[in-house]
Amino acid sequence: MSALAPVEDAPPAIASRAHLDWIGYRTIVLREFGRIVRIWGQTLLPPGVTATLYFIIFGSLIGRRIGQMGGYDYMQYIAPGLIMMSVITNSYANVVSSFFGARFGKHVEELLVSPLPNWLIVTGYMTGGILRGLLVGAVVTAVALNFTHLHLHHVLTIVASVLLTSIVFSLGGFVNAVFAKNFDHISWFPTFILTPLTYFGGVFYSISLLPGWAQALSHANPILYMVNGFRYGFLGVSDVDIGLAFAIMIGFAVVLFAVAVGLMYKGIGIRE
Amino acid sequence: MQALSIRNLSKTYKNGVVALKGIDLDVRQGDFFALLGPNGAGKTTTIGIITSLVNKSGGSVKVFGYDIDHDIEAAKSCIGIVPQEINFNQFEAVETILVNQAGFYGIPRALARERTETYLKQLQLWDRRRSIARSLSGGMKRRLMIARALVHEPRLLILDEPTAGVDIEIRRTMWEFLRATNERGVTIILTTHYLEEAENLCRNVAIIDKGRIIENDSMPNVLRKLQTETFVLNTRGTLTVPPHLPGFEVQLVDGHTLEVEVSKDRGLNDIFIRLAAQGIDVVSMRNKVNRLEELFMRLVRGANEPGAAPAGGAARAGTAAAGHSR
Repeated sequence: MSALAPVEDAPPAIASRAHLDWIGYRTIVLREFGRIVRIWGQTLLPPGVTATLYFIIFGSLIGRRIGQMGGYDYMQYIAPGLIMMSVITNSYANVVSSFFGARFGKHVEELLVSPLPNWLIVTGYMTGGILRGLLVGAVVTAVALNFTHLHLHHVLTIVASVLLTSIVFSLGGFVNAVFAKNFDHISWFPTFILTPLTYFGGVFYSISLLPGWAQALSHANPILYMVNGFRYGFLGVSDVDIGLAFAIMIGFAVVLFAVAVGLMYKGIGIRE
Repeated sequence: MQALSIRNLSKTYKNGVVALKGIDLDVRQGDFFALLGPNGAGKTTTIGIITSLVNKSGGSVKVFGYDIDHDIEAAKSCIGIVPQEINFNQFEAVETILVNQAGFYGIPRALARERTETYLKQLQLWDRRRSIARSLSGGMKRRLMIARALVHEPRLLILDEPTAGVDIEIRRTMWEFLRATNERGVTIILTTHYLEEAENLCRNVAIIDKGRIIENDSMPNVLRKLQTETFVLNTRGTLTVPPHLPGFEVQLVDGHTLEVEVSKDRGLNDIFIRLAAQGIDVVSMRNKVNRLEELFMRLVRGANEPGAAPAGGAARAGTAAAGHSR
């Protein structure tokens, strides 16, 4: 074995902490991105196939009989909702599976023993979720463009709502992963809570079609605001006030980030 | 300077198990230090607290002067950890694991790749750099964890049973590597069940049992405390009864094997003279067990006997008598 250089006797320089943190954050993001691309058959392909089926069945076959909704063809009306649905489920799925997998395989310890601050670890995983959400959103958008024309009403609203929604559900996935004790626990919330809320969140219809009590109930569903904020960016129509929609998205993002970082500090589920 | 300074460290788990009962421990910079103890003694809990994988219940821990309560990032930057259990992503490539780990410590990509190459070559894993970690043998996985712990060039390397389940040839290669690493100035703390390993590598030792330090001294001083040794003698002729050796405890194991317990104030010559006088020809001789192992068993047994002096107190008295600071 060849000789290695002696270790530095001086304490490690911590003056450039921000630079070290940036490299650490970038490493988490690159690792997450590598994972998304490596298992593309599980991450990027299925949403494209599912979206194609939705557009064929709900858009082309059933949609023709429905006619117009909100002043647009049904296919055009549901396209933003379908894109948003894929962003929501994939942002969530990426973080919950990746972080729980890291806990399950114990390689989360690689991060926990490193000098990366807890908020940065959360931010790194959150960015991974956003990346998958945006990539899948792009795939579904590409599928949608094969079936319909996408009108652009307000690009900034589209970008802001998709980013905020992705942040919210990435953080939601993180919190779920912290509390999960087995693989059943990471599928329980998406199956029994997230999917029903998404379907009842105005992806396929305008809540103006619902009876009064159902409309009132729908307003308690946060996904309604996200879908409508996004749809407003494309079509300029919404069932909810856009200002309120953004306030709710920002509120959820801030609260969930605080919860996720708090869980890391307390070591819930990751430190004994 | 102290590489590690622990004061009154305690840990009670949620299920009520008291893993540490207020331990004090100092490890000098540059030391090769053994932390020994039976299963469940508190070794892994101690290491877990030092590396932030376990939350402490009380006390303080400083790593190169950085308090883990106040300067956790600086303290963590100084530490490299080789845990007992495999804890890398088994689906990642070997070199990816190292480059990423370096990145978590803020090491730029180019330098991380350079160090990855250095350490993988040092630990004879370079040829497997593109292999998925899952496909490595047990010994390779252990070496990968050592390389990963060193890639950010820590000043304190903690190894929790690094050679468990590793064959003797690889174990000896790892010993050589660890010695060289220590000679480069890296302070090393080692826990192991192979006490021969600790005796060969470490200069100082602490023995922990039931959450208390029961011995803490230099390795030679600890071994000096061993008052008797047991030797196994193989004889040429067949024996039916144990020979009479006044002043020695003798046991006949089988027709050709004797076990003789010899106290430190007796010479071995006496045994051979008396055996020769009885017409017994000794063809070979060896220690029954490793010396440290013998002492370890006695200390742990002694600490667990009813009415034994408080373990920590006994250890402190012994250490003070030996003139070593703790």
